[in-house]
Amino acid sequence: MANPSTFYGYRRENGRVGVRNYVVILPVDDISNAACEAVANNIKGTMALPHAYGRLQFGEDLDLHFRTMIGTGANPNVAACIVIGIEPGWTKKIVDGIAKTGKPVAGFSIEQNGDIETVARASRKAKEFVHLTSGQQREECDLSEIWVSAKCGESDTTTGLASCPAVGNLYDKLIPTGIYGVFGETSEITGAEHLCAARAATPEVGEKFMRTFQAYQDEVIEQFKTSDLSDSQPTKGNIEGGLTTIEEKAMGNLEKIGKQVSYVDVLEPAEAPAVGPGLYFMDTSSAAAECVTLMAAAGYVVHLFPTGQGNIVGNPILPVIKLTGNPRTVRTMSEHIDVDVSGVIRREMTISDAGDALIDMVVQTANGRLTAAEALGHIEFVMTKLYRSA
Amino acid sequence: MSIPHLLVHDKRDNVGVVVVEGLTAGTEMLCVVTEDNSDFSLVVNDDVPIGHKVALGDLSDGDTAIKYGQDIGRFVANIPKGDHVHTHNMKTKRW
Repeated sequence: MANPSTFYGYRRENGRVGVRNYVVILPVDDISNAACEAVANNIKGTMALPHAYGRLQFGEDLDLHFRTMIGTGANPNVAACIVIGIEPGWTKKIVDGIAKTGKPVAGFSIEQNGDIETVARASRKAKEFVHLTSGQQREECDLSEIWVSAKCGESDTTTGLASCPAVGNLYDKLIPTGIYGVFGETSEITGAEHLCAARAATPEVGEKFMRTFQAYQDEVIEQFKTSDLSDSQPTKGNIEGGLTTIEEKAMGNLEKIGKQVSYVDVLEPAEAPAVGPGLYFMDTSSAAAECVTLMAAAGYVVHLFPTGQGNIVGNPILPVIKLTGNPRTVRTMSEHIDVDVSGVIRREMTISDAGDALIDMVVQTANGRLTAAEALGHIEFVMTKLYRSA
Repeated sequence: MSIPHLLVHDKRDNVGVVVVEGLTAGTEMLCVVTEDNSDFSLVVNDDVPIGHKVALGDLSDGDTAIKYGQDIGRFVANIPKGDHVHTHNMKTKRW
């Protein structure tokens, strides 16, 4: 089967290609959620992204908040964006960041206006954006223009046998054509960090990975752990699925980067890739919704999510494609699965066949097919917070 | 080829993964090494759920568990060939 080489996407002002055409109503902070949800309720064809943070954050944590907010609004799957915050300063900072893409964006702040006035003004602008964007047409784009992120969840031993190798096979086939890829889950490389470091494109990038990995161990795991994490990593679901240790889980996780490609840089959480096409590593938590939200904020437009026991996560702006190699999960949770690669463990399907099936689903998804997570309404938008607020 | 009961990633591995549902003790399993498609047979001593591991040889307390040809932890009991391997007899070396 020859893999398709084009898809139909939305060409954005900055040249990037999106696969969805959302008008997003983005709160700067937790207390602006209500206004954003009111606007989204007033104006059909828009979507609010409520979240829990944005007040009294500082330092690196505040930088990450802005990077995630701006990156989410800037993502090519977002056609236009309304930003609402409690005060004008941070609201403007996010509006200005998103405006660099050239897309329609407008900011509103609530202090001295109140919710009702703010909602009225923002609703008028949101309606304008809906009319501006809802007639936009998809155009044929080369598959090499797509940005595909990957993160697995509720893994089991079939993840390392079938679904993660299928993702790796897709990257082995598509990264050389010029796409952008990304993997992360810093804590879930534990036990395979030497293998991961060896897959860096240069020794310098490998050293950067090891510094990032060690910092996560020292500053997150070692600082806060009260046990060997065997109640959290592997998760109860992982253990039910047969994974016994973090090392075993890490080996399966790393199958996602295939056999041939190497990663060209190490990204901060939500940082956009900046050294050209290729595979990247991003420093993230292994919690599904947090990790996928960070990858969406970095600009990825389609996500690959291998699962063993059946993680059901989705994202509001990034279509999440689920694949599994576990025949029991296919049987019991079929409504969550987009690509069934359980034939691999029956030896009826090769890893290359599974990779091709996944490429086909990426193209269908990019063309507009709703994923299982989209059809089921999974829109988990979860910000990563590094430490307590001031 | 018939559908295998157990898959092994690498020839160096001392554990393999059950890939069928409802496997019962005493079954003579068809085992396939995915690296090179070679096969062998092994009798499983326990009812082992899909996805869980089985000892490919007699394993000793303190030995390193090998899967993907890599260190994935240590055994914390003596485990006869064909027995179920999981959290009751294997632990991480980390954290």
